[in-house]
Amino acid sequence: MGVFDIIGPVMIGPSSSHTAGAARIGLLARHILKSEPTAVKIIFYGSFAKTYRGHGTDRAIVAGLLGYGADNPAIRNAFSLAAEKKLPVNIETSEKEMLHPNTVKLELTGIDGKKMEIVGVSLGGGKVSICEINGFAADVRGEEYTLLMVYNDQRGVVAVVSSLLSEKDINISRMRVFRKGKHQEAVMIIDTDSEVPDDVVQKINSLEIMSVVIAIDPL
Amino acid sequence: MFEYGTLADLLALAQQHDMSVAQVVLQREAEEYEITKAEVIEKMQMRIKVCADSVKEGLYDQRLSMSGMVGRDAEKIEHMDPLLLGNIGHRALLYALAVSEGNAKMHKIVACPTAGSCGIVPAAVFAVGEAKGANQERYCNAFFTAAGIGNVIAKNACIAGAVGGCQAECGTAAAMAAAAVVDILGGSSEQLMQAATLALKNTLGLVCDPVAELVEVPCVKRNGFYAVHALTAAEMAMAGVKSVIPPDEVVTAMYEIGRMMPVALRETSEGGLAKTPTARTIQKKLQHMS
Repeated sequence: MGVFDIIGPVMIGPSSSHTAGAARIGLLARHILKSEPTAVKIIFYGSFAKTYRGHGTDRAIVAGLLGYGADNPAIRNAFSLAAEKKLPVNIETSEKEMLHPNTVKLELTGIDGKKMEIVGVSLGGGKVSICEINGFAADVRGEEYTLLMVYNDQRGVVAVVSSLLSEKDINISRMRVFRKGKHQEAVMIIDTDSEVPDDVVQKINSLEIMSVVIAIDPL
Repeated sequence: MFEYGTLADLLALAQQHDMSVAQVVLQREAEEYEITKAEVIEKMQMRIKVCADSVKEGLYDQRLSMSGMVGRDAEKIEHMDPLLLGNIGHRALLYALAVSEGNAKMHKIVACPTAGSCGIVPAAVFAVGEAKGANQERYCNAFFTAAGIGNVIAKNACIAGAVGGCQAECGTAAAMAAAAVVDILGGSSEQLMQAATLALKNTLGLVCDPVAELVEVPCVKRNGFYAVHALTAAEMAMAGVKSVIPPDEVVTAMYEIGRMMPVALRETSEGGLAKTPTARTIQKKLQHMS
């Protein structure tokens, strides 16, 4: 922890978890969608569902999806900015019990019609985690460069990917692997100290077993 | 490499190397993140600028918050002459209300250490700094001192209301502010540690029971109270008053009290002020609006 974790973050009020964290979830979701969103459905759970208006959680999420950071006063006018871009925003609340009190589900459509379902949680102090992408368990925090891969579970994939990274001197700081079952769909998430260059991302993407490869920049 | 895990470590480093606490904090930051001290100072100056702007913006904006519960009290303080507090205390109260009201109205602020307690450090530092003619370097040092205190409390206790109640948020902010004020006044490293300790010690047990789960009641006025509280601690420390319980033991006590605090009083709005008949009525009305 550093000085600017205490004197910071710089943010739009009122709440680091319900406003700044929400903006970061929106922005991170935009990075994962890799596109300008063309339709947005937001479902709030728990404390988010009860207090989102008073905290501007809805506006913060929309501003993040439009590409604005947690310190951007544009958060206040997020709905008019969305209207200008003709982005339809649909907000719902759910009483379903979630693991974390500050949970939001985003159903997003991208420019090419691609649909994505992203679940994010706000952990406090502006820290967040995208904990589910298209039904897969994940843990993307936007604090480092992250490579997210969906593929068919089989032997050796981790070794292939990690050797492609080490060839380029890219150091792995954190790594998680989830799978639906043996030889079924799997997700690998790798955080790295430096950016993964496009050619490496493409090389990984060209592996036959890969179905999705997304490189996510830190926020 | 400079590293400190406790307030005693931080004080010892400063005394051993004949440096100020602010210099130790600055050097540790530069080493940890492998950047130059000049870069760290520049980042800090940017944040101090945001803090200063948040005071101005908060004073300028005379709307109410979306819930209607807070928003125009700084204006009332601004329009009266200091009555009991004296000029510095009056300014500290005014600035803290301005920043905290601004936060409730979605202004840009620096969480310090949190958004809910964002008014306390800037208010106390600017109120004293203005009266003493502090320059940019002096303000920067004051904020580094505050950060060092905050870092240790975050590491050994907590700074989230959901974990330790309001003592963790406004209590930590008051401790940071008290140390920063002693720094501006030219007190010793020992004195600023004592100021932080006295401030924190006298927030112990403070619960987090926000009405309608919003960062408004009692948060906004509480920022005003604890900005002035920090000045009391600094005044005592400058006079040589010392806490009988040493700094790090007070931090540990804060954490322990936080852990013993019922969940209903840790930011869940299930107890205390949040459960009063009036709070319930307000909450119902707000839910009706949405």
